[in-house]
Amino acid sequence: MAVESLRSRPLPRAEPRGVLLRWAAGAGLFLAGSLVVGLAVGPVHIGAGSIIAAALSHVPLIHVHSSLDAVQRAVLWQLRAPRVVLAALVGGMLAIAGSAYQGAFRNPLADPYLLGVAAGAGLGATIAIADGSAGTKSAIVPVAAFAGATIAVVFTYALGSSAGSGRTTGALILAGVTVTSFMTAVQTFVQQEHTNSLRDIFTWLLGGFSTATWHDVIISAPYILASSAVLILHRRVLDVLSLGDEEAKSLGVDVGRTRLIIVTAATVGTAAAVSVSGLIGFVGIIVPHTVRLLVSTSYRAVVPLSLVVGGGFVVLTDVLARTVLSPSELPIGVVTAFFGAPFFAIVLRTSRSIR
Amino acid sequence: MTAAAVELDCVSVSYGAALAIEELSATFESGSWVALIGPNGAGKTSILRALCRLVPFTGGMRIEGRDARTLKRRELARLVALVPQIPETPPSMTVAEYVLLGRTPHLGYFANETHGDRAAAGRALERLDLLHFASRILGSLSGGELQRAVLARALAQEAQILLLDEPTSALDLGRQQSVLALVDSLRAGSDGMTVIAAMHDLTLAGQYADRLLLLDRGRVVADGTAGDVLSAPNVSTYYGADVRIVHDDDGVFVLPVRR
Repeated sequence: MAVESLRSRPLPRAEPRGVLLRWAAGAGLFLAGSLVVGLAVGPVHIGAGSIIAAALSHVPLIHVHSSLDAVQRAVLWQLRAPRVVLAALVGGMLAIAGSAYQGAFRNPLADPYLLGVAAGAGLGATIAIADGSAGTKSAIVPVAAFAGATIAVVFTYALGSSAGSGRTTGALILAGVTVTSFMTAVQTFVQQEHTNSLRDIFTWLLGGFSTATWHDVIISAPYILASSAVLILHRRVLDVLSLGDEEAKSLGVDVGRTRLIIVTAATVGTAAAVSVSGLIGFVGIIVPHTVRLLVSTSYRAVVPLSLVVGGGFVVLTDVLARTVLSPSELPIGVVTAFFGAPFFAIVLRTSRSIR
Repeated sequence: MTAAAVELDCVSVSYGAALAIEELSATFESGSWVALIGPNGAGKTSILRALCRLVPFTGGMRIEGRDARTLKRRELARLVALVPQIPETPPSMTVAEYVLLGRTPHLGYFANETHGDRAAAGRALERLDLLHFASRILGSLSGGELQRAVLARALAQEAQILLLDEPTSALDLGRQQSVLALVDSLRAGSDGMTVIAAMHDLTLAGQYADRLLLLDRGRVVADGTAGDVLSAPNVSTYYGADVRIVHDDDGVFVLPVRR
């Protein structure tokens, strides 16, 4: 009996909260719902049921017949689907990059915009569009955007580290503001110098998915998916980094190298996202902090859920951007900032309790 | 059992032009408790930081017989666990999550904790009587509970050498004693850990440590048992303090005397 009771006594175990199934399912449903709404809303009426049937008709082994006519099919697969998929990829990337930057820099206010990554990508893309004759669809645009983004984050980080020994929130944000201003100034200069490509540059800068094609999805998806995978793999290490550099080192983490990998992955993905969508702000702040407030502050939850929720969020804001003033479109940045600015104010007020 | 846990050979640490540790040589035996004492700025924390390779140093350092310089950071973290003076305790992290972070040196870079890691963290929680706190967030703990959580994290690391930087500075007298008794039990128990602690309270240092190393401006100026090191001239010379030293059966007491 004694042995039996000893055996039945549960061994103490320490469990991380991780991502609870209901939150993972909730986030997944939010994304799926957003995708259906994104596909359904537009001047040509297509019901949600027909969309699901049409999607299932492409799945092998399931025999569902699409009830759509040729026009509806073209609208769905050539106009709305690439737009919605691209919005989901870009939104997910911006949100997961924001969560990674916040963890790597231990700064709740870090996002791709604040560190100058998006402005750097904007400058790179502008130079590429202005000098190349291929316009916004040139294959060189994502490459140039990536180069600009890398230069921007290296400058910001170097400046922030030297000004505040890499530890103060204020120095890093000021460095980001500085680099962003400089990059934007150069970008404006280049833009004004090339009046013939002004329209292309403006269209690109304002951000949005109105010109989205499957080509955009194909050129950006590999970067975004690879970056997201790297960041998700770092979710536990990001929790270790939240103890600060010294304690993370004393736990055996090579802090410098780890931070470099995380920032590089976030930069690659952000640059790819920005290069196909233009500049979309606030997603990287709103989404991770919403996950923190609702689910858990552990990066095990924040990183993967930001990807999924960010995707759904941008798909929905894109729906608003193209319906509010229909038939003309609002730049999506206007919609995200309209919701983002008040939210950002709340984060600022409570940032002492949010890590 | 008297193998050396740590051997220091002419170790120097400097921050820019300021020399924090000057050619320090010492051997710390396995299973012993060594207290580093000395006035502020004597170099106590610098020794602990050098042992974790958080600061660059010159000279030779062997930890559990291995050259500390050639160890990978992860290997070093499996040998040496540090409890910093002011640990970073993210307020919304749970105690269980925090203690599990102590398993980091045992995990692959991308790996998640295995069953074994969770059990090890669970043992650390049980050892420090924290099982009931496992799902509480750090921000809701009192100073004493927090200190136990930090110790549990270090314990989950399952390192043979435990470095403590002023482990009791934030605690009241009763909690100081219980934390020190706890550390002593880790050392005396089956774990047989080596404890190296920077300590502020000389009386407590004398009662718990088997050996005291008195430091002043980066040099060892006295080394031995409490009876040898805690003398009125030593304390007066290096701390600039007026004290009365009382020896009795319970140990050596360092009592401040009003000037």
